[in-house]
Formats: sequence, C-alpha cells, structure tokens
Amino acid sequence: MSANQDATNLLEVRGLTKIFGTLTACDHIDLDIARGEIHALLGENGAGKSTLVKMLFGSLEPNSGEIFWNGQAVRISSPGVAKKLGIGMVFQHFSLFEALTAAENIALSLDDGSPISSIAAKARALSYSYGLPLDPESLVGDLSVGERQRIEIIRCLLQTPQLIILDEPTSVLTPQEADKLFQTLERLRSEGKSILYISHRLEEVKRICDRATVLRHGKVVGHCNPREETASSLARMMVGNEVQAVVRAPVDGIETAQPLLEIRNLSRKPATPFSIPLKGISLNVRAGEVIGIAGVAGNGQGEFFESVSGEVLQQDAASVRIRGKDAGGLTITGRRLLGAAFVPEERLGHGAAPRMKLSENLLLSRHATDGKAFVGTGGMVKSGAIYAAAQRIIEAMDVRKSAPDPEAAALSGGNLQKFIVGRELDRRPSVMVVNQPTWGVDAGAAAHIRQALIELSRSGSAVLVISQDLDELFEISDAIAVMHNGELSKPLPIAEATFEKVGLLMGGAEPGHAEHTLETA
Amino acid sequence: MMRLELVKRPQRSVLFSALSPFLAFALTIIAGAIMFALLGVNPLTAFRIYFIEPVSQVWQLHELAIKAAPLILIAVGLSVCYKANIWNIGAEGQFILGGIAGSIIPVLFPQFEGPLVLPLMLLLGMVGGAAYAAIPALLKTRFGTNEILTSLMLVYVAQLFLDWLVRGPWRDPQGHGFPQTIQFNDSAVLPELMPDAGRANWGFVFALIAAVLVWILMSRMLKGFEVRVLGSSPRAGRFAGFGLNRMVFFAFLLSGALAGLAGISEVSGAIGQLQPVISPGYGFTAIIVAFLGRLNPLGIVAAGLVLALTYLGGEAVQSALGISDKVARVFQGMLLFFVLGCDTLIHYRIRLIGLALTKPESAAKLEAAPKLKEAR
Repeated sequence: MSANQDATNLLEVRGLTKIFGTLTACDHIDLDIARGEIHALLGENGAGKSTLVKMLFGSLEPNSGEIFWNGQAVRISSPGVAKKLGIGMVFQHFSLFEALTAAENIALSLDDGSPISSIAAKARALSYSYGLPLDPESLVGDLSVGERQRIEIIRCLLQTPQLIILDEPTSVLTPQEADKLFQTLERLRSEGKSILYISHRLEEVKRICDRATVLRHGKVVGHCNPREETASSLARMMVGNEVQAVVRAPVDGIETAQPLLEIRNLSRKPATPFSIPLKGISLNVRAGEVIGIAGVAGNGQGEFFESVSGEVLQQDAASVRIRGKDAGGLTITGRRLLGAAFVPEERLGHGAAPRMKLSENLLLSRHATDGKAFVGTGGMVKSGAIYAAAQRIIEAMDVRKSAPDPEAAALSGGNLQKFIVGRELDRRPSVMVVNQPTWGVDAGAAAHIRQALIELSRSGSAVLVISQDLDELFEISDAIAVMHNGELSKPLPIAEATFEKVGLLMGGAEPGHAEHTLETA
Repeated sequence: MMRLELVKRPQRSVLFSALSPFLAFALTIIAGAIMFALLGVNPLTAFRIYFIEPVSQVWQLHELAIKAAPLILIAVGLSVCYKANIWNIGAEGQFILGGIAGSIIPVLFPQFEGPLVLPLMLLLGMVGGAAYAAIPALLKTRFGTNEILTSLMLVYVAQLFLDWLVRGPWRDPQGHGFPQTIQFNDSAVLPELMPDAGRANWGFVFALIAAVLVWILMSRMLKGFEVRVLGSSPRAGRFAGFGLNRMVFFAFLLSGALAGLAGISEVSGAIGQLQPVISPGYGFTAIIVAFLGRLNPLGIVAAGLVLALTYLGGEAVQSALGISDKVARVFQGMLLFFVLGCDTLIHYRIRLIGLALTKPESAAKLEAAPKLKEAR
C-alpha cells in the first residue's frame, strides 16, 4: 500500500439510498471508516442499520449513491465481490449447519477447494492467536452460541478482510464472553484492520468504539465520539427524544405473599437431537413480584416456556402449579382458564397468526377465557365485541398502525409486540409468563411494555420474564434466576444481583448450585 | 447460465386475486382453441358446441344441476380440509363408500318402504363417507403417514370394492347377469325438483344448503376460525390451544360426510341403482372446483357449475364432432393448471438470475458442497 492510500479512508459512503416501495430505508447516508478504527453504527430497530450493511456487503443493491473503497469508486454487486475487496461480515443470525463440524462449515464458505485438514489447521492456529480458542473438529450442534459465533468470526478472518462488519455480536454472549470478544476486536484494530460495529448497547459502544454514526429513520443524525458522550445522550440521538425511565417501586412483605406460579422439579427429555433437556427446574413466583430468567439463548428457555405454557404437557401434574392447582396435565387453554397468560418469543407465527387481523389475533388467545364475551351460542363469533376489545387494547398500548384493523404481519415488530402483550394484560391475568418481552422492540415501546409488566405485578399478579437482555432484567425484576444448559439457578434477589454474578451463572459457573435444589422448600 | 427464481411479492394485488379465476378461464379458452385447431376443428364451432349448446334449453340446465350437485357438495367439504392445510385427495373413494353405505337399505331390504327410507339412506351415506375418510385421518394422527398418499390409494380400494359388490353379493339375480344391483324402490329414490321441466333432483338443493352452512361455519364461527388458524400458522394454532389432531379428524370427517352425501344422492337420484362405476371422477374434479372457487363455499357454487359444463360439453363434442369425451378431462386439467399458475404469480414474481453475476450465499454453499466431498 502506498502512503497516498493511507491518507484516504478505507471506506467512504456518499449519499447511499435504498428505497423499498414507499419506504426509504436508507436516505442519503454518508459514512467514513478510517483504517484501524472501530466504528459504531447506532440506531433503533428499523433505523436502517441492517439495510446499510447489506448494501456494503453486496446483499442489497442501492438505488443511488456511491461507495469508495481505498478511494476508488466500487460497485458491490454481491457478497462475493465484497469478499474480494476485503469486506467480511459476521451476521447476527448464524448460518451454520449443526450436523457438520466447525471446519466443514468453514470450508463451505471458502470457495478455493483446499482440503479440510489444512483448513482445520489454519482455523485452529488463527483461533488461538486471537484468543478465541476453537476445536475445528467439534460438531456445531454440540457448541454453545458463543462458540458458534467464534466459527463465524474465524470464517471471516480466514479471508483476511480489511473491514469486518459485526451485527449485534454481543446479543448472544455472556458478559464474560463479550469481554473476550472485545479483546479480540482491540487486537484486530492494533493490526490496522477496521471494524464496523452494529449495536444498540450503548455502554459497550462507549467502551470499545472510536467513532459512532447514529441513524434514525433511515437518515444519519450525527457522527460523534462515543467516549465523549453519555449513554443517555447517545440514546437521545438514537430515539430523538428522552426515553422515559422505568419505575420499579420495591414491594413490602413479598416473603409472605402467596405463590401463584409454582414449578416443582420440572424435567423434560429433549424433543429433538438439538433441543435442550430440562433438568429438575424449581421456582416460585409470588403475587406482586417480577422474577427474571436470564441466560444465553438456546439454554432451554424455549423448552421451559413451552412446558410452563402447556403447549407441551407434563407427566407429573404437580410439576407446574397455577394458583395452587396442579396444572402439569392441563393444556394451554386449561392453564389460561386458571388465570395464566403467556407471551411467546416469536411474534409472527406463534404469538400471532401473520395473515389474520388484529381482532382475530385477539380471539386467538382469548376464545376460551373470554368465551362469554367473544363467542355466542352455537359457536358464533361476536365480531363486534372482539373488534371493540381490540380497539381498546390498541389504544391502551399505543399501537401504531396504518388501518383500523390491519393484519398482524402489517405491523412493525414493536407495535405487534405491544398488541400481543396488551392482549394478555387486558385480561388482568394472575400469572403472566413472557418470553423475550422486548426483543427487537424500539426503546420507547420497550419502556412502555416493561412498565406495564411491573404494574401488573404490583396489582397482585405473579410475573415471570424470560429474557436475554440483562439490562432489561435488572430494570424490572425483583429477583433474577439464570438458566444454563437446562438447569435453573436459585433466584438472586435484585439487591444482591450484579452483572458479574449473573454473567458467571450464564456461563455455567455454579455458585448457587448447591442451594438451588432446596429452592422448593 | 440462467436460473428462474420465484420471489415473494411484498403485497398481493387484491384486484388480481379476485380476477384470478376469470384469467384462468380465459387462458383455458385460448389453450382450448389451439387444441381444437390442432385437432382440425374450427375452434368457434367447437366452443359453441362445447360451452353454449349444452345449456341452451331448460332440461339441459337440469342436467347441469345434476352434474354440479356432487361437485359442489364434495368441493365444499374439501375447501375446509384445504383451508386447514390438510390434503384429502380421496373424496372419490368417500363418494363411492357413501353410495354403497346408503344403498344398504334399498339393496338388502327392498321391502322396507315409507318416508323414513330416504333420510336413513342419506344418513348412512354420510356415515359411510365419513367412516372411510376416518382411515387416512387415523393413519395420519397415529403414525404420521402422508394423507395425500393414503387417501388417494383408498380411492382404488373403494372402486374395486364397489366393482366386486355389484358383480358378486349385491348383483341383481334377475338382471340377466349385468353387473348391477336391483333398481331402488320408489321410496328410495331422491325425488326430482320439477319433474315436468327436467331431471334435476334434491341433490342440488343439498349442495346449496351445504355451501351456505359451511360458509357460515368458516366465516362466522369459532370452529372456522380454528380451521383457518391451524391451516395458516399451526404454531399459533397450538398457542391458541387448538389441537391439530382433532382438526385432522374434523376436516376429514366433514369432507368425507359431504362426499358420502354426494355419493348416495347420485346413486339414489341420478342412477337409481348401484353400478360398477358411479362417478365420472367427481371426487377429483371437485379438487379443481374447490380451488377455482377460491376455497370459498359460495365461489365453489359458481365453480361447480363451470366444471359441470365441461362434462356436458365433453359429451356434446363427442356426439357432434366425434372428438373423444376425454377432452373434458383436458379442459379440467388446463383449468386447474391455469388457476394454480395465476395464484402463484399473484403471490410471487419470476426473477431471471444469471448465476455467474449475482450468486446468493445459499447457492454458493450448495455449489461448494461437492467440492467438499472431493476434498475429503
């Protein structure tokens, strides 16, 4: 490389625009990335971050605008072109074959046809030199999410990129795993490589990024040095106004309150070769409290939710008790009739039927509990009453929509989530179990949902929240338990819980293990 | 190297969704014109004989109703299955079993007469069709078998069973050895609606009633909502507390009962006895009717009349022009082909992709796989 090239930026983007139908996802974006910097791309969901990086990686073609690589105008028409230029990407959602080994997965993405053994050796050497130890012979299906991410990173590094794009890399990591990743990133920076780091976690952006570009509604709203900003000033740039802080008043006398949801020694065999068995989970959620369940994705949270909700039944009827009644043998309808309400992780296709109207999606979870109000004699649906109830929920939760009663799929993720949570809150359930309440939801809507969950608990209900977002759990929970490899730790009262303690449990250290079998008592 | 790819459209055109059956019909006419021209017949003449002459007199409209009744009855039942994403292809067999079960009374107890006979026969017909449809439902829910295969294969079992019955145990002893049962007595014959005007019988009324009832079920009742949820997103259906296995039985039993009712109505109304063949493929043609009617019971009534016309037209061109009546099957096949084609293009657009230029990730991986094997 000549000295002249060093003076220019590695990547310059000028006026990049992408239009989908009537939506301008990216509107004249300007972005410079210098050599050897970690550059943060900040923005709420739907701000245009993903669209922008897809254009940089060649998955999408821009409608207008220019991209300069080392000062040369380039057209990145496909991921192959991007790789040739020296742009590598680690996606948020991994594309790995679980039944193949790490080395085989890496070989699949390299088009050079070199033998597996040499790829494995290279991958092993590279992984140790960057402090991301990886056994190339291990089956992906056996690896943790953090280890899978290493495969993606090594796969990217093997192509010796100049620019590495990381999309929300820490969303699946424990705090300790994230620390290791940060060390690797700093090492890459010291080697002169550039990193485009996409995140909405402001603390880590402040910690490792040199510069930040903030997007809002598809436009660049500012460039800044994140180290000179506060988390709240960054949040203000992202959201455009102050996000209301969630208020959680302490509750008195919770120790004597009646447990409304009791889980006693709940076990479940794995349903598929790649699902997690549940091992002797015990937990009480009392009237008036919010219990949070932390954990890295894929440690049995989905299986646990299915078992508690009754989508999967238990052999032992006493392993799930709702309001003092054995519910393990009851279907989800039976458990709802006992006063429980559930919000699953997946919005489209699980919590809501995508092609059905919001009013029909209201009927989806409440046809039995509100049988008298919504269903008339002979099984006729009272569409007028349902429509009115749906409008009431839409208003209460401030759901933004384009038509009076749109299809669920027509709503943004955050607005649909507000509707789904609102649909259950509207019943005033005595037990509420929520999986990932604010996954992919913008900050304003997330605060609204969290506050609503706290208020539900304070009005005398038991609330159980499963989440990967530690900030969220610390904000709303009265106690936090951690799920790791199908086991649940003893809940830590919020006063005693720290990020470090919870992070250690998430990584599988078991300081609370000896006690947690006593939890049922 | 080029490759075709179907890309999902972000929005469905409401206009074209509604126009789809008409577009399909127009395309069928064009393709049919080419076919007639290739057969050496003036397409205009052929179309007049095929589509217009069969319905130019009142008695012919009655014939149309006779053909349309079983198509509509069966298709209305099938629409519930298909909405639930359950693929009952064996309505032809359920139709035959309905015909056989309903004929038990007039064949085995010919001396039993009176106003009770007909309702009992219709009831038995529905039970027979439903019971036969329960077999693929049971196999699917118990053993996870593919209902398309089992329901289809049971059609052949039913056809051969009927053939055996009318040649063996149920053959009319005074029938000069013809393979058929005795003629049903008067109280076992489905009455004609307007005997002075034509042959149409109460089967057509049953079809209209079934269409309206199923329309109410699907659009106004919780059960219909359950069908639609389980069909469009089964996981959301499970979250709602709806059981997929129960739905498999519900859909199969309902469509089987309606096919069985169609079968006994046809035997008791249009034929008057059991014969080795009692259906010109109504159970299969009804699949086309169901889709041409957009799986909407009211649309199915219109589609049933159109498909009934293809049967009459096939007979007409055979007698007038000497063209095989198999041409009716060709028209039915083309109609289904174009309906499905139009529907696909409403939901997807075709994109032509040059492999060398823009290779998506997945394609690159698939191509890399053989290399991997060589490398090992």
